[in-house]
Amino acid sequence: MSIGTPASRPFLEVKDLTIRFETDDGIVQAVTESSFTLEKGKTLGIVGESGSGKSVTSLGILGLHRTRSNAKVSGEIWLEDQELVTATDEDVRKLRGGKMSMIFQDPLSAMHPYFTVGSQIVEAYRVHHPGVNKKVARERAIDMLARVGIPQPERRFNDYAHQFSGGMRQRAMIAMALVNDPALLIADEPTTALDVTVQAQILDLIRDLQEEFGSAVIMITHDLGVVAELADDVLVMYGGKIIEKGPAVDLFQAPEHPYTWGLLGSMPRLDREVRDRLNPVKGSPPSLINLPSGCSFHPRCPFAERNGDRCFTEIPLLGGPRHPVACHLPEDDRPRIFQQEVRPNL
Amino acid sequence: MSENLLEATGVEKHFPITKGLFKRQIGAVRAVDGIDLSIRTGETLGLVGESGSGKSTAGRLFTRILEPTAGTITFEGEDISHKSVTQMRPLRRDVQMIFQDPYSSLNPRHTVGAIISAPLQIQNIPTPNGVKKAVQDLLALVGLNPEHYNRYPHEFSGGQRQRIGIARALALRPKLIIADEPVSALDVSIQAQVVNLMEDLQREFNLTYLFIAHDLSVVRHISDRVAVMYLGKIVEVADRDDLYKNPRHPYTVALMSAVPVPDPVRRDRAQRERVLLTGDVPSPINPPSGCRFRTRCWKAQEICATEEPPLITRLDDPESHLTACHFPVVNDETVAGRRPAATPA
Repeated sequence: MSIGTPASRPFLEVKDLTIRFETDDGIVQAVTESSFTLEKGKTLGIVGESGSGKSVTSLGILGLHRTRSNAKVSGEIWLEDQELVTATDEDVRKLRGGKMSMIFQDPLSAMHPYFTVGSQIVEAYRVHHPGVNKKVARERAIDMLARVGIPQPERRFNDYAHQFSGGMRQRAMIAMALVNDPALLIADEPTTALDVTVQAQILDLIRDLQEEFGSAVIMITHDLGVVAELADDVLVMYGGKIIEKGPAVDLFQAPEHPYTWGLLGSMPRLDREVRDRLNPVKGSPPSLINLPSGCSFHPRCPFAERNGDRCFTEIPLLGGPRHPVACHLPEDDRPRIFQQEVRPNL
Repeated sequence: MSENLLEATGVEKHFPITKGLFKRQIGAVRAVDGIDLSIRTGETLGLVGESGSGKSTAGRLFTRILEPTAGTITFEGEDISHKSVTQMRPLRRDVQMIFQDPYSSLNPRHTVGAIISAPLQIQNIPTPNGVKKAVQDLLALVGLNPEHYNRYPHEFSGGQRQRIGIARALALRPKLIIADEPVSALDVSIQAQVVNLMEDLQREFNLTYLFIAHDLSVVRHISDRVAVMYLGKIVEVADRDDLYKNPRHPYTVALMSAVPVPDPVRRDRAQRERVLLTGDVPSPINPPSGCRFRTRCWKAQEICATEEPPLITRLDDPESHLTACHFPVVNDETVAGRRPAATPA
């Protein structure tokens, strides 16, 4: 925790964050009553399938929904002692790219094709350091490019995004995101488009830079392997809601939500013997416009029948004696069901 | 089982780079640069490698969407290397393809019925109970609702579209299906559903698969044998368990060690054991001399720059395990944290 923050308040605190988009087809319930905290120097992993609300959560924190007039946001987002949901556009703009920044999935579309990579990093720096002259900013940008492992940074400074390879481009975007020493770094599927060897390099880089700068990192991904490598804590999202959260070790060793079990069962693993068959979650993710009644996972849940009609009618709340889980299965039975019925098939 | 359905010998594909008004050729992208590979009847052969390794080009050569620059490809003993489109048509019944992107590989203006029945109509396949019934049977086979044959691709999710692509590939009851990254665009749970479906269909119709992917875990799950490509060459090929237990080529070792382990308890160990490959894959326009991996290899010595290692059985491996490396990795060799000594040439 940094000096100057009251001991009671975490570095980042998200409380009951709800994000809705009004569309012609109906209201998209992108995020519903999400709450979590994150301390400096720690990494929070957010996992879930497409449409689970994981990316929208991060856009909400950065205030990037503000350009969309159909977005409705409620709840609170505290970054140290500043509240972001009610903050003015101007205040959020000052933080964005400075105190908090983002690494996007696709660096080719996140970078401007008409400007050199270097000039874009310089711009990001000068926006937050208005007094700095161009020469100093240029040195800073070259320094950042070198820091993220780009060879010949002085020369590459003048290249355009398309002249970089995929891995180098992702490094350049990380350089841009880190140029102002952000205290909060959000990485949205930063390695999904990359080869495993490059992915390993980029994850190493994020880890090293986090150690160096002590930033808080939110890592959004659908790859449980990436989460296991980096995250201290994990949120599992489904249908716009957090359905399980806790320390990474607990979530991988003793997961309690049937959806988390399903995610683990879907994944072939190099560190285990080959299974005859994968055990995926059946069906497909729900529409965020017409969420199923009760627990939104019930149509895909192999255990829904065990609780009478409760799963079909009543929305489960996050809670439990070990780590928070939103499931109607009896608290005391969940570890037993996992050990006896689920784990043997993983 | 051991009979070869498709055989590639010395296959090359060079894409010319031209310049100027007269399209003078100034070089070539050597996407596939001399590969020998056979696909056995009834097996699933996994083909892995990083982007730019030439694995997709290899797949397109085997289906003869592309014509090889050199070398021969035989299918069931028949040379198909330079057959024309018309000559290939009868063979298209036997070799089909599943594509990576379920969004761009289906025509948005055609109904699912039209998409799936197109191969039947092109090949003049009789459908005794009508085309509609044939399409509905195929839809049911891949786990889609047969009532949906009149819908358009945009009405389906990514996983459902990939099922449509599989139904289209199955329509002609092919012998060989070449699947180019069939699950990499899908969410994990959907990925597993499609993998299971492909396994079920293989059992039901005695299909042979060439499964091209960059995801080593999925390839290990589905394949009987695995071939590893690097910069247009096959660097290692072996039976699945053999390859994953005793990888010989330093590139294979590096590739496997880079896969994140989904177990936070073993996080530190996994990171310690990781081989760090630095830099990018060199350009296929001007590949390194000798062994192409030498610029990123920690074991590289002088001979690696001068002499290209042949793809042969090394150490005490079984005959089916071939490695193209002068200094194959022995069992239990410490490889963690190794980086190439010299800077790339």
